[in-house]
Amino acid sequence: MKISLFLGCLVPNRYPGIEKATNLCLDELGVDWKELEGASCCPAPGVFRSFDESTWLALASRNITLSETDERDVLTICNGCYGSLADANLKLKNNPLLKEQTNSHLSQIGHHFEGTIDVRHIIEFLYSEIGVQKIKEKIVRPLDMKVAVHYGCHMLKPSSNRATASVEHPSVFDELVEALGCTSVDYPDKMECCGAGGGVRSALGDTALAITKHKLGKIEGAGVDCIVEACPFCHMQFDAGQVSLAEKGRKFGIPVIHYSQLLALSLGYSAEDVGINLNEMDCSDFCNLLENKKD
Amino acid sequence: MAGAPSIEEVIEDFNVLKCMQCGVCSGSCPSGRQASLNVRRLVRKIGRDHAAISDESLWMCTTCYNCQERCPRGIGIVDAILAVRSIAAHEGHILERHRHVANLLQEHGHAVPIDDAHKEKRMQLNLNPLPSTVHSHPNGLKDVKRLLSSCGFGEITGGEDQ
Repeated sequence: MKISLFLGCLVPNRYPGIEKATNLCLDELGVDWKELEGASCCPAPGVFRSFDESTWLALASRNITLSETDERDVLTICNGCYGSLADANLKLKNNPLLKEQTNSHLSQIGHHFEGTIDVRHIIEFLYSEIGVQKIKEKIVRPLDMKVAVHYGCHMLKPSSNRATASVEHPSVFDELVEALGCTSVDYPDKMECCGAGGGVRSALGDTALAITKHKLGKIEGAGVDCIVEACPFCHMQFDAGQVSLAEKGRKFGIPVIHYSQLLALSLGYSAEDVGINLNEMDCSDFCNLLENKKD
Repeated sequence: MAGAPSIEEVIEDFNVLKCMQCGVCSGSCPSGRQASLNVRRLVRKIGRDHAAISDESLWMCTTCYNCQERCPRGIGIVDAILAVRSIAAHEGHILERHRHVANLLQEHGHAVPIDDAHKEKRMQLNLNPLPSTVHSHPNGLKDVKRLLSSCGFGEITGGEDQ
């Protein structure tokens, strides 16, 4: 259960509250972890894999070899990072020619991809390595909230590269959320995309936002206290997306929380401890709601 | 530079010609409901000719994999789209904003690098202002740049816009 924590770009550089919350949770749960020092962008699957697969494999494998040296599995807290690193790892393990080509690039920096470790996603890791029961036992503040769980795409898909459950009706994430005392509220199009992936947010923002608006509308209809996701790209799309949509006259006001942050809250940390007040949108109502739940 | 696959390889590798145009992919596509992406038509285009390479809707796919998961013929639809995108990119078809993101990666090793406002947020959380990534490891950043150069990434992403 030795792991190295891969931060990626968005967590440390846009939503550091997720980084802080993850650190606190891994410590509280007694996980043998360390940060993956010197890692780069995963690199993001939507654009960089699209441009050139060799580059995508070279950069992803560099990140993986940093963790191979430590003999630790890589833990990702982002669906995009997971998509890139897990898929690249599998491709290189299964394809000797690609492995040889990638290693010839890596040889220039004195690295060599061996294929000795796995890439994990925090939801899958918590579910299978810690378990719902142990998490329940650790909770000091049951959250008793109505929550819209958003899986995001690359945690589960492509299913040919994933060990986790059903693509259409998964439950692992819902079980982890309910372990904290929350109710996972069902809503239409729950398994739909946030709109950000595939480089759509970066180049075609209006299209991304239209998909986000559709999904937020379904979540709004379910009457929840917050959205819980496990991907900072989805986090940004829902959070900053609500700011953009409000500017266009459509206000939602649904707080967006990464699972690490929700878990840290249930372990007794405050909203400020894990940076929920640092979201782009105003989350003060949510922070007040938490305060009122203290007793 | 290894280069992009050929369109013939994409068709072969991802079973594109097995498409019977049933439309399950389009019916499952979140982008298709909001934008002009019609996955069913795009698959047909990929299977028939090279026109798909310059089809603007190629870049509207969020890679959510709904279409690929549900395809009754097991066609690697998203994987094919990614591969066709790489052919397009190697031929100079890259959107300006994507080129910008590629430049960020080349300069900082991150698609979204740190800025002063977020250094401040990190300090509010008692985190180091710079994360433990290549942002605080200059030699790591050098290695990343060397890999990008070895793969010819700058040449691929630096061409003229379509």
